[in-house]
Amino acid sequence: MTATTAETYEAKRGSATRPRYGSMSRDRQWALRWSYFFLVLFAIFFLTPPIYMIITSLKSSAEISAATSPWWVYHPTLSNYKELLGSSQYLIYFRNSAMVSICVVTVTMLISIPAAFALARMRFWGSTALATGVFLTYLVPDSLLFIPLFKMFAVFNEWTGIQLLNKWYCLLLVYPTLTVPFCTWILIGYFASIPKELDEAALMDGANYRQILLRVFIPVALPGLIAATIFAFTVSWAQFLYPLALTTSADQLVLPVGIITSLIKGDVFNWGQIMTGALLGALPPLVIYAFLMDYYIAGLTAGATKG
Amino acid sequence: MADAVMTGHKYVTPTRKRSGFRKMMERKSTIAFLMALPLLILLSVMVLYPFGYSLHLATLNKSMTRFVGFGNFAFLFKRETFWLVVQQSCIFAITAVVFKALIGFIVAHFVHNIPNKGQRKWRGMLLVPWVIPPAMSTLAWLWLFDPSYSAFNWLLSFVGIGPIPWTGDAYWARFSVILVNVWYGAPFFLIMYLASLKSVPEQLYEAAAIDGANWWQRIWFVTLPMMRNIISITVLFSLIVTFANFDIVRILTAGGPIDKTHVFATWAFWVGIQSGDIPLGATVSLFMFPILAVCAVFILRDIHRRGNEA
Repeated sequence: MTATTAETYEAKRGSATRPRYGSMSRDRQWALRWSYFFLVLFAIFFLTPPIYMIITSLKSSAEISAATSPWWVYHPTLSNYKELLGSSQYLIYFRNSAMVSICVVTVTMLISIPAAFALARMRFWGSTALATGVFLTYLVPDSLLFIPLFKMFAVFNEWTGIQLLNKWYCLLLVYPTLTVPFCTWILIGYFASIPKELDEAALMDGANYRQILLRVFIPVALPGLIAATIFAFTVSWAQFLYPLALTTSADQLVLPVGIITSLIKGDVFNWGQIMTGALLGALPPLVIYAFLMDYYIAGLTAGATKG
Repeated sequence: MADAVMTGHKYVTPTRKRSGFRKMMERKSTIAFLMALPLLILLSVMVLYPFGYSLHLATLNKSMTRFVGFGNFAFLFKRETFWLVVQQSCIFAITAVVFKALIGFIVAHFVHNIPNKGQRKWRGMLLVPWVIPPAMSTLAWLWLFDPSYSAFNWLLSFVGIGPIPWTGDAYWARFSVILVNVWYGAPFFLIMYLASLKSVPEQLYEAAAIDGANWWQRIWFVTLPMMRNIISITVLFSLIVTFANFDIVRILTAGGPIDKTHVFATWAFWVGIQSGDIPLGATVSLFMFPILAVCAVFILRDIHRRGNEA
């Protein structure tokens, strides 16, 4: 038994010095070819809907209902884009979405950063329970709470006369419940990984907590902050259930709900415009993803691996 | 979890004479509490309170004037649609999560197999479904599944497969909502598993190869045990999200045909908001809670265990 382990150990050392991809054996080459083959297959599966959105968005309605191949554009036209970007309706949805998302990101950061700092570095009565609570609320889905929230806003109106239902800004109260727990959670992870010597040194230099947070923690944990910001933005941009339940008038809708309620009129589906609208609506998260992919992925994996 | 909360380190403040209130305000734990206060208020007003409120709503009658106790629950248990929803929610969540996990696991291996240079590009491409807001991408699927202009049916007609009623027939509609959910969620698993695959030490595979393990044994005895924790966390996590899914079912089938694809979230929306029976809708969505709670307990346990290993 001991002899075999010694042998494998020796062999292990031997193989470790061999170049990994230098002399590619036939097996390895076949494995590589199969990998590429299946990756292409899966890439087709994963990319078909977005590509089909682009194809359809470039077609006129006449071509969409024609009997030609749906997978090819014979007469590309930008008329769908022009019509959509020229209609005030779509621009209002876009503006509402942008305002909601930007405000929610700001609110989220203002709540999450201090809270994460307090939970990661200081201790107060109930702080451990609160940190667990933050994680648990991260697991609460929107579909569990939308009915009581709807009713809450209605009752609030009866009591105070302040109308929150059917106003885009009521989403500012609701969205943070989805973004704050996750952002706080990953920021706790990032803050906790900062060496204590850093804030001790700052304390020695006479810094107070505000200065430690602003001058030490925020700069050092900037990657985590960017990841959290991206998360908060994409979640509030994509949220569909809350605006569908809480807003109804055309000028208060955000993009996902707006496209579905206004571009689908009865049974008439203007698919060219729907696809264009959906594509333009998907663009902000896609652009952020294209430029900040590493932060995006860091945020994604940190959620479940940190802690 | 407790590991994240660092023990506060003590330092000596220069003591000056101050009033009791100011002294309290300068104490470390008070500052910390104040910093966490907005979070505490948000969670209690917008999460904890609504949850308690929905428990209260669930005990009222339709016009919310009379206390009916468990009347709403008893009413639901007698309705056939409710059992359909329970059944469909379970089928939907379990099938979708299994396929997401499988596809994520397989594709992660393919990406891991190819040379490092190309991995970034492939990973970037394969994550696109996760980045597009589900409400938008489901519209693309709806158009691909269109009864008369379906682009899939156009392709399938060349191999002689007749037009498939993607969203028109109960069984195909169930298949379609699962397919779209798998399409949307598999990239998440892919990314998680890829990150986890990278952290498995190469020496373990080399040792296994020298012991004569084939690829199956390498996966079974090396990869899976090393990834066990991350697999269980992602699966539980996805189970919660899929079980509570709303966007995809709502846009693709809106619960039809004849309520056959309704899951808890979409049915609760239909009953509570569209039909105006708020107490009954609240009752329906409350049924999601037990499974969520069970998953949450297991996730917490796994994360805690993970924290202890590190």
